[in-house]
Amino acid sequence: MPAVQETIDQVRQIDVDQYKYGFETTIEVEKAPKGLSEDIIRFISAKKSEPEWMLEWRLDAYRRWLTMEEPTWARVNYPKIDFNDIYYYAAPKGTTGPKSLDEVDPELLKVYEKLGIPLKEQEMLAGVQKSKIAVDAVFDSVSVVTTFKEELKKAGVIFMSISEAIREYPDLVKKYLGSVVPPTDNYYATLNCAVFTDGSFVYVPKGVRCPMELSTYFRINEKNTGQFERTLIIAEEGAYVSYLEGCTAPQRDENQLHAAVVELVALDEAEIKYSTVQNWYPGDKHGKGGIYNFVTKRGDCRGKNSKISWTQVETGSAITWKYPSCILRGDGSRGEFYSIAVSNGHQQIDSGTKMIHLGKNTSSRIVSKGIAAGVSENTYRGQVSAHRKAENARNFTQCDSLLIGDKCGAHTVPYIEAKNSTAQFEHEATTSKISEDQLFYCLQRGIPTEAAIALIVNGFVKEVIQELPMEFAVEAQKLIGISLEGSVG
Amino acid sequence: MLEIKNLHARIAEDGTEIIRGLNLTVKAGEVAAIMGPNGSGKSTLSYILSGREDYEVTEGEILYNGENILELEASERAAKGIFLAFQYPVEIPGVATMQFLKVAMNEQRKYRGEDELTTPEFMRRVKEAAAELKIAPEMLRRPLNVGFSGGEKKRAEILQMALLEPKLCVLDETDSGLDIDALKIVADGVNALRSPDRAVIVITHYQRLLDYIVPDTVHVLYKGQVIKSGDKTLAHELEANGYADIIEAAA
Repeated sequence: MPAVQETIDQVRQIDVDQYKYGFETTIEVEKAPKGLSEDIIRFISAKKSEPEWMLEWRLDAYRRWLTMEEPTWARVNYPKIDFNDIYYYAAPKGTTGPKSLDEVDPELLKVYEKLGIPLKEQEMLAGVQKSKIAVDAVFDSVSVVTTFKEELKKAGVIFMSISEAIREYPDLVKKYLGSVVPPTDNYYATLNCAVFTDGSFVYVPKGVRCPMELSTYFRINEKNTGQFERTLIIAEEGAYVSYLEGCTAPQRDENQLHAAVVELVALDEAEIKYSTVQNWYPGDKHGKGGIYNFVTKRGDCRGKNSKISWTQVETGSAITWKYPSCILRGDGSRGEFYSIAVSNGHQQIDSGTKMIHLGKNTSSRIVSKGIAAGVSENTYRGQVSAHRKAENARNFTQCDSLLIGDKCGAHTVPYIEAKNSTAQFEHEATTSKISEDQLFYCLQRGIPTEAAIALIVNGFVKEVIQELPMEFAVEAQKLIGISLEGSVG
Repeated sequence: MLEIKNLHARIAEDGTEIIRGLNLTVKAGEVAAIMGPNGSGKSTLSYILSGREDYEVTEGEILYNGENILELEASERAAKGIFLAFQYPVEIPGVATMQFLKVAMNEQRKYRGEDELTTPEFMRRVKEAAAELKIAPEMLRRPLNVGFSGGEKKRAEILQMALLEPKLCVLDETDSGLDIDALKIVADGVNALRSPDRAVIVITHYQRLLDYIVPDTVHVLYKGQVIKSGDKTLAHELEANGYADIIEAAA
């Protein structure tokens, strides 16, 4: 099977050269001393000028974390992490928090320019046909700037870094922080509660449709530094917001930890659409380096007829451990999970979702597309459950896996539990390979191998791509192509 | 345009020899029919011409416009103007026919160092060619070949051929699975592409298709060799008497 063999070889040879965001920026930073202790937590809290209750919350979490065990049930392998060999705080010098654009270090602006992230509001406005996107830029442990803040404020929408929100809107933060993912939730979430550094805060008041896409762009730059993102999004009654996060990191030989917690709260008739394009550094062709992406993301459909939709395109990270979930508490609420997970080289992905049906007439939909190449392992792990009172709960799950080559693995691990006899759950799963016939057909039409694989794969993931905000769909398609490239050229 | 000299080829995986010293010359402007019983190597020849890597050429050469193409990738051959209309067109799920056409046309242009087509120009060409082949715009939005009827698949093949404007067209059993109306549409499409600088190789079992696409030359393939060549009357002869006489005469 020479035609396919060549493709496999090419894909196998994947090198770090393909990672377009691997550059490092030399910028003066202020770091906390290495390691984790109550003093480090006090240091972080003081750096962020947090109120006392926040520090206490962190310390409580830390003490609990010390008693917890690292989970081992995921289908991923990695050497034990030395949590005292990590820096928990690194910030570009002189940045205690976001400022106005004119005050931001030009070096930092250049980084985002290089990454293709529009931070200058004027520039964005210049492109007439382009819709506006507000960006919160998080660099290592701090948010460096948030754009369109004023304009959003006029609509009543609060969009700022979580550090800022803790100072400016303590009551809102206090009310909702930890209410979806409690500090006791799991090992990494609890760690996050203790040491979280920055992330975004979004509050959309009653009846407001957020006038533009919101996005946060995470960048890890410093060596040996963990990033502990904390994001909280609240949509009040009848509100709507669409939010996108992106992430990249320089290529390094050491593994770096990104342990995030994202909480979404949707009240009556509210809708939150949360999209992720995750492109952390995946490590080199020998599996050296790359980000450990251990993330807890959960949305609470607290109100009746509320809706939360997760869309993720996961192409980066050495290890991904991530299950964006929905708690369908409100009657008639709806949860959605659309996922594309691409693994190549030595990447390991264990990702999926949980749909917890609590309320009556709740519905959920899961569409997961896993693509495995190289010697990677790609696992879908999902839970769908209906509680006793969840009358007429509905779920439809579709899990498709596509294998490229014969050294990679795709696994599907669904957990389905219905405690109410009126629940209707459907699960469909397929596994396929790119066939030689498909590849030859494309080649015969003049489409070279790599472009052909990108075309076939993008066809395979089309249903999910359609769920992304238009502005990012094209980017995501390109990213998937690049992730599967065997050699540049 | 095409010169095949003493070609020997086998299946790469198990070494079975399929083509055993094949000679064939097709001139620009010519329509050549290749006929032969099952297993004579007709489809294999089309795959070797278009560069499928499941086959290994052990001897001989294929000259296309004077250039030996055996070292070229399938996609390079395509960009240089060799087109194969598949006997069994392949399904590409999730990829709209329109999108596939655009990628194919632009990849070929890129290889030849030409600019990409603008979207309006691309749309104009597709609409025009689709109308000629009685292809509804709705079909162009569907994923390529997925759920297409036999006739739709073959028309989609001819549509691609018309848009890619190849110099050497190889039609592999294009008549199989077609009713007479679909056959006429497909044949009209092929005839519209006949031109002095383009050659067509029609691979078929039956005379039927050759009533609509009238060949200049007819070649009988048997056990991997051309055992007899002639003009269109040879096809009628085969239709009337079968292959036995010719095979016997050649033996």
